[in-house]
Amino acid sequence: MGGSGRPPSPPALAPAPAQPWRGSLRRLPWFAGAVLATLVFCAVFAPWLASKDPTAGDITTKLIPPIWMERGTMEHPLGTDRFGRDILSRIIHGSRISLLVSIIAIGVAGTLGTALGLIAGYRGGLTDTLLMRMTDIGLSLPTILIAVVMVAVSEPSFRNVVLVIALLLWPRFARQIRGETLAVKEQDFVALAVVAGRSGTWIIARHIFPNVVPTLLVISTLQVGYVILLEGTLGFLGVGVPPPNPAWGLMIADGRGFLATAWWIALFPGLAMLLTVLAVNLMGDWLRDHLDPKLRQAGARVTAATATTAAPIEPAIAEAPARGD
Amino acid sequence: MILEAVDLKKYFPVTGALALGRAQTWIRAVDGVSVQVGEGETLGIVGESGSGKTTLAKLFLLLERPTAGSLRFDGKDVATFGRADVRRYRRSVQAVFQDPFSSLDPRMRVEQIVGEPLIPENGVTRAMVRDRVRESLELVGLRRDSASLYPHEFSGGQRQRIAIARALVTTPKFILLDEPVSALDVSIRAQILNLLKRLQDQLGLAYIMISHDLAAARYLATRLAVMYCGKLVETGACEAVYTEPLHPYTEALLSAALPLHPSARRQRIILKGEIPNPTNPPSGCRFHPRCHRVLAECSSVEPAWREVKPGRFAACHLH
Repeated sequence: MGGSGRPPSPPALAPAPAQPWRGSLRRLPWFAGAVLATLVFCAVFAPWLASKDPTAGDITTKLIPPIWMERGTMEHPLGTDRFGRDILSRIIHGSRISLLVSIIAIGVAGTLGTALGLIAGYRGGLTDTLLMRMTDIGLSLPTILIAVVMVAVSEPSFRNVVLVIALLLWPRFARQIRGETLAVKEQDFVALAVVAGRSGTWIIARHIFPNVVPTLLVISTLQVGYVILLEGTLGFLGVGVPPPNPAWGLMIADGRGFLATAWWIALFPGLAMLLTVLAVNLMGDWLRDHLDPKLRQAGARVTAATATTAAPIEPAIAEAPARGD
Repeated sequence: MILEAVDLKKYFPVTGALALGRAQTWIRAVDGVSVQVGEGETLGIVGESGSGKTTLAKLFLLLERPTAGSLRFDGKDVATFGRADVRRYRRSVQAVFQDPFSSLDPRMRVEQIVGEPLIPENGVTRAMVRDRVRESLELVGLRRDSASLYPHEFSGGQRQRIAIARALVTTPKFILLDEPVSALDVSIRAQILNLLKRLQDQLGLAYIMISHDLAAARYLATRLAVMYCGKLVETGACEAVYTEPLHPYTEALLSAALPLHPSARRQRIILKGEIPNPTNPPSGCRFHPRCHRVLAECSSVEPAWREVKPGRFAACHLH
């Protein structure tokens, strides 16, 4: 689905000995990090970075090409669209929308999905069956179609887009967190907590949840790319954040009619989206490789280096389910 | 105070791929076990893997409900327990498991791990928990300031000490030791066994020690129960069972253990085959297909559990 077409990661090798954290810092994905840092910077400081108002057009300056072309001006480095709005400014402001939609939608879906996944995995039995069938239904919904229908029935607004995306996203969290929970639950410390007289709620909050956090972080990151694409798609189909907001998908849709004459209207927001999704996915892959439970122990604390040889602390958790999408 | 299992059974259903109907077959993991442990004594439960030792441990820890039979604590059936009874049971019965890596949550500090059984109730303050945790750590020979560290900063033997400290923190009467030294280096085993022994003398603890390591069981146990395929085959005072085993299975098990002196002559009894499938145990005596002293009736008549000698029970047609 979407931008998640990564090659399957190779099976993780044995936990790296001694000081893997230092090594992984060196192997940090600098490209992805730089792109993401830029994106966040743009989103936060958009009003100061963008020289023009992203929604105010001036019909006299319409369809100006990028700076390096004939007729290009310093005023509009990436040109203007058919209403004379500055494309660079719109892209900068658009990063806000992409980022906000992602963060809020993933926050909502992650919270809901994690809670249900934890409960299903820990309780088991009928609760598990019911929740997992709900999840299966959620996962089998034709994403785009449902999103289009739902946004079309309600009216397009930022809030509705976020809600629709969250609704489509939570089952992914629920399923994976349940799998993790099942693995953590097999650990002796959970049985011992029961023997100690602790309640199910306590065990979930203090034992299971902290042990699934790394997985949660990885899924969340990997979903950001998906959400940005989905938001873009909704915008392109005209059911996303309503115009004249500078959403990237909306901008691409705007430029669709001018591809032959003013390609820059669609190209630059498209490139922005491509770079962002690529960077997020690279970052997610890196996180997965380095926070994955198999390697977690090694990176858990710096003091590990001074402790004894890293032992296979969590063999059971190593059965983390593959990411499903 | 006494902990007593009366004809305890635990069957696990075997469900097919299409789990629609009722379960057709059962794994008889524990099939009618009666044992008791009194204050201050150590009951060793030995047997090879697959004999139902660990399921029995789970029944004792109320992690599984028995299919039949009862577990009694102080004369009261655990099945009739109310909330307060369960709480008292949880305080009185603690456990130490085999794998000190799986039994300590890597995301918790030692303070939280050891203090976990101390449930804040009326009167239990944070400061009390703090003090009690440190006391417990000192009891097992760890430094008080270990409390602020994480489990991965300790070695296997030290981790097992943490696990023991955690079991002690509620001042329990019974501690269930499920293979407490099996996962440790041989050089560490003696240390942990000595620690367990010292704690028992010092605190008047009762142990139920589940083990396949006969030397370790002999070191701690006062009484021994030998399990085979979900059933007890023999019980008695530990030394008596070692010197004069009544059941051929015990004989074979003892002959497989290393002798105390390397030059000691020993007669090894090699058992044929493997422990039978507990879904479909052999008829008559469950041990008869592998027994080196099998009699004619063994394959048809199940031997009765009876007192063969004073204090010595066994289920075998030889006696």
